[in-house]
Amino acid sequence: MANIIEVQDLTKTFGDFVAVKDVTFSVEEGGIFAFLGPNGAGKSTTIKMLTTLLHPTTGSIRINGHDPVADPDLVRRSFGIVFQDPSLDEDLTALENLELHGALYGVPRATLESRITELLALVELSDRRDDFVRDFSGGMKRRLEIARGLLHHPKIIFLDEPTLGLDPQTRNHLWSYVEKLNADEGITVFFTTHYMEEAERIARRIAVIDHGIIVAQGTSEELKQQTGTPTLEDAFLALTGSDIRDEAGSSTDRMRSHYQMRHGGARRS
Amino acid sequence: MNAVYIMWLREVKRFVRSKSRIVGSLGQPILFLVALGYGLGPVFQKAGQGNYLEFIAPGIIGMSIIFSAIFNGMQVIWDRQFGFLKETMVAPVSRLSIMFGRTIGGATVASAQGVLVLVIAIAAGFRPVSWIGVAPALGVMLLIALLFSALGIMVASRLKDMQGFQLIMNFLVMPLFFLSGALFPLNNVPTALLMVARFDPLSYGVDALRYFLIGTATFPLVLDGGVLIGVTAIFLALGSYFFSKIEI
Repeated sequence: MANIIEVQDLTKTFGDFVAVKDVTFSVEEGGIFAFLGPNGAGKSTTIKMLTTLLHPTTGSIRINGHDPVADPDLVRRSFGIVFQDPSLDEDLTALENLELHGALYGVPRATLESRITELLALVELSDRRDDFVRDFSGGMKRRLEIARGLLHHPKIIFLDEPTLGLDPQTRNHLWSYVEKLNADEGITVFFTTHYMEEAERIARRIAVIDHGIIVAQGTSEELKQQTGTPTLEDAFLALTGSDIRDEAGSSTDRMRSHYQMRHGGARRS
Repeated sequence: MNAVYIMWLREVKRFVRSKSRIVGSLGQPILFLVALGYGLGPVFQKAGQGNYLEFIAPGIIGMSIIFSAIFNGMQVIWDRQFGFLKETMVAPVSRLSIMFGRTIGGATVASAQGVLVLVIAIAAGFRPVSWIGVAPALGVMLLIALLFSALGIMVASRLKDMQGFQLIMNFLVMPLFFLSGALFPLNNVPTALLMVARFDPLSYGVDALRYFLIGTATFPLVLDGGVLIGVTAIFLALGSYFFSKIEI
């Protein structure tokens, strides 16, 4: 099958800090792809470039055949995303958040209503549709964000650490839902996670990134064989070492701390 | 178009729902009206300048609008911190329409506050020179609100967090307000101060409000209108540019 995501020699630098370096990979249409790496390895920066939020320094990206820099709107129509941290408007209700999304993506009014009902049922939030998001638990917000990400029927869904801070029940529920979507609708899934057993169970292909460089790619079996380890977690540690990493809060934080370092502002931590 | 509407609707909904914000934002204008209007009234009268409450009411309306409009524009920073900004940044609509929706929404909210202050001023004893003048005054309010909403978004697009907010308040909003002639007539002030006031768009906004509400003005109405419309257009263009350049 054709590749729906193609990334070639992608590099992103902030000042003289190289966040992502010469990254090349592809995801086939209908695939489930896990993008793994320690904190600060360049996962979120890569996702931001794939989803038009950051411009690459060099390299090329094709999402559903379009270039995120040249045709951002065509790319944006092709994917849904669940960000690492919440991106809902807490002062609106669940329904209003979905309606806002529908309006932004131009989902026709008639379809919108039935889709919202359907998706809220799927993520089991039907009875909370008119409640304010600020009263939701972390798991409920995640589920609502997943429903929102799917509202415009994207071809690709990006899930950036979607299960972070969720209990095992919610996690299982979420993954079985994602697998069902992939099987029934053929949606391509691109996700990151720190839970190796999730990647091992769900992903058909895995790429491991460290210090901005892809250090290994393949199926879970191939990665284990390559490193001669019994589990994906061991393979991951063998590939990336066991040092603990620090991650700046976001690329903007990184940019700022960099700026301060160079201009002698703040102390180095 | 849909995107502009939905972003406008969001601003309005958030405002209408936040009773504490509405009440809180009226506290300061009331204090200014009552304390200054009644407090400095006798001095103003003795100086032969007429009724001070009448004089500052348009200025206080301008104040409530500029505070509310810039504050609304700065909402972009909160949206950045609470994550919602990303949702609008990955949406397949031009950032121009997102920015316009936000600006018009913020301006609607700020004008509504201006109207509330007008009503309060009337309750405190303010009488517009003619009721017909209130209609064009509402138009001026909307224009002032648009101008400063766009400015707020422009500034907020360049800021990463709320640390800079205090700076903006003290070095942008406060000077814009105090140097605008909202509280004193610009007719007899030292030339230096007049020069500064001439570079403050709020001066023209307040002046136009005075023209329609109390029938006096420092500048010709055409100049007021021209500056307000021109600066609004510039700020909208700059605001859209900076907003479209946001990277997260």
